[in-house]
Amino acid sequence: MPKIRYIEHNGKEHEVEVPLGWSVMEGAVKNLIPGIDADCGGACACATCHVFVDPAFEARIPPKSDMEETMLDFAPETAANSRLSCQIKVTAELDGLVVRMPHSQH
Amino acid sequence: MNIAVKGNLEEARDAAYALPLDQINPAQGILFQTDTMWPYFERLRKEDPVHYTADSEFGPYWSITKYNDIMAVDTNHQVFSSDFTYGGITIGGGQANFEPLPMFIAMDPPRHDIQRKVVTPVVSPANLEYLGPIIRERAGKILDSLPIGEPFDWVDKVSIELTTMTLATLFDFPFEDRRKLTYWSDVVTAVPGHGLIDTFEQKMEVFQEYHAYFTELWNQRVNSTETKGDLISMLAHNPATRNMAPREYFGNVVLLTVGGNDTTRNTITGSVLALNQNPDQYQKLRDHPELIPSMVSETIRWQTPLAHMRRTAVQDFEFRGKQIKKGDKVVMWYVSGNRDDEVIERPNDYIVDRENPRRHISFGFGIHRCVGNRLAELQLQIIWEEIFKRFPVIEQVAEPKRTYSTFVKGYEHFHVVIPKRN
Repeated sequence: MPKIRYIEHNGKEHEVEVPLGWSVMEGAVKNLIPGIDADCGGACACATCHVFVDPAFEARIPPKSDMEETMLDFAPETAANSRLSCQIKVTAELDGLVVRMPHSQH
Repeated sequence: MNIAVKGNLEEARDAAYALPLDQINPAQGILFQTDTMWPYFERLRKEDPVHYTADSEFGPYWSITKYNDIMAVDTNHQVFSSDFTYGGITIGGGQANFEPLPMFIAMDPPRHDIQRKVVTPVVSPANLEYLGPIIRERAGKILDSLPIGEPFDWVDKVSIELTTMTLATLFDFPFEDRRKLTYWSDVVTAVPGHGLIDTFEQKMEVFQEYHAYFTELWNQRVNSTETKGDLISMLAHNPATRNMAPREYFGNVVLLTVGGNDTTRNTITGSVLALNQNPDQYQKLRDHPELIPSMVSETIRWQTPLAHMRRTAVQDFEFRGKQIKKGDKVVMWYVSGNRDDEVIERPNDYIVDRENPRRHISFGFGIHRCVGNRLAELQLQIIWEEIFKRFPVIEQVAEPKRTYSTFVKGYEHFHVVIPKRN
């Protein structure tokens, strides 16, 4: 199973194995990793699973949908590598993925 | 007219199930005022989750009653428009005597997106960190001033006071005049003939005073060279909004006043009511105050301070086997979605340590999702932390008086007593 490293805003790291087909959001929530709220349950309908994707992996993740762009547009403190983690499906290529969590989810 | 403060739920259930399905019309203020709308929604969720009411005081409309269906409509802004020119975001909007004001919640992209982004910084993480200690100090003062052993109205003394102070700070509104904000907000959502105002003409008169006051504030701020972080300055100085028509500025002021006011107010009142109705949960919370954030989310679900949001279909659309026509009014009943047992386990129970307390639909989803959600949660969290420092219990002494409205699900009065301090 691909390994994903989640880094909280305070620097605390959590490395877990996440099954193929799960979303990066599910990998955090189901492993009780704090920092991702996912209020809408993965429907790309809020922006409370916002993460910063390590630039080394950006190209291996399919581009954002219009809805993801829009929801991120309303989130505070975003950057070019901001993504909604519910929209990133875990694939073999993402083994070793590193994502950083924002200060808080809005 | 004598109206029971709380209707008999069993009788309401019998009535709701006796009606022919096509005559069910949940959009009646009286059902909300007597807290008897529940069985109508329960029946619709089971028998006709996407339901057409042909005739109501608001004309024909669709009811969307299940959680996932509401989510589907809320996130499909291409088909289901919020635009004020179609009637905006409430079931009453667009009727002969109620022309909705332009405001960003009642707009579609791109205009919505541009204006929303202008005001978003007021609830940024940094600003919430700044506001937290201010809210805490005020909450402490409010609670310290409450009478002990003597009944009082929690709505007036606590819920209104705290939320109006916060709102005054967001607007940088003259503090001594802050209760004007409460009054104006209540007039905006009041149904004429049910308490606060008698006629639409009267409502318009109050609007003029409200508009004039805020025009004065705009004029002061627009000419100021000092860049301030309040909402009016943000609107007056941002290139995207500084040339707004006066009516559009006023519309956005109304949105920010109502959005930042009675939603949080009614949830604060709702938290005291819910804990009184569920003494085991109150005890659990006292024993585990670390559950406060979870209790806050659970209360926001349980209360659902805005019962619905409305959209207008801009094209024919088949939805769950029903033919929604272009121009149809579509009402997403958040109050019903939050009681949908397909998504929320034991939805009628109030559980302060629920497994997924943030899984509720009270803030809406998609591009119009509540912008002030974190500030609302912060105020509720702080007031409860400060309550537990002071009072072992706040006791309900009477059934609250609920608001006559299908939109604002709230309380006009709620009498409680605090028997003693810690």
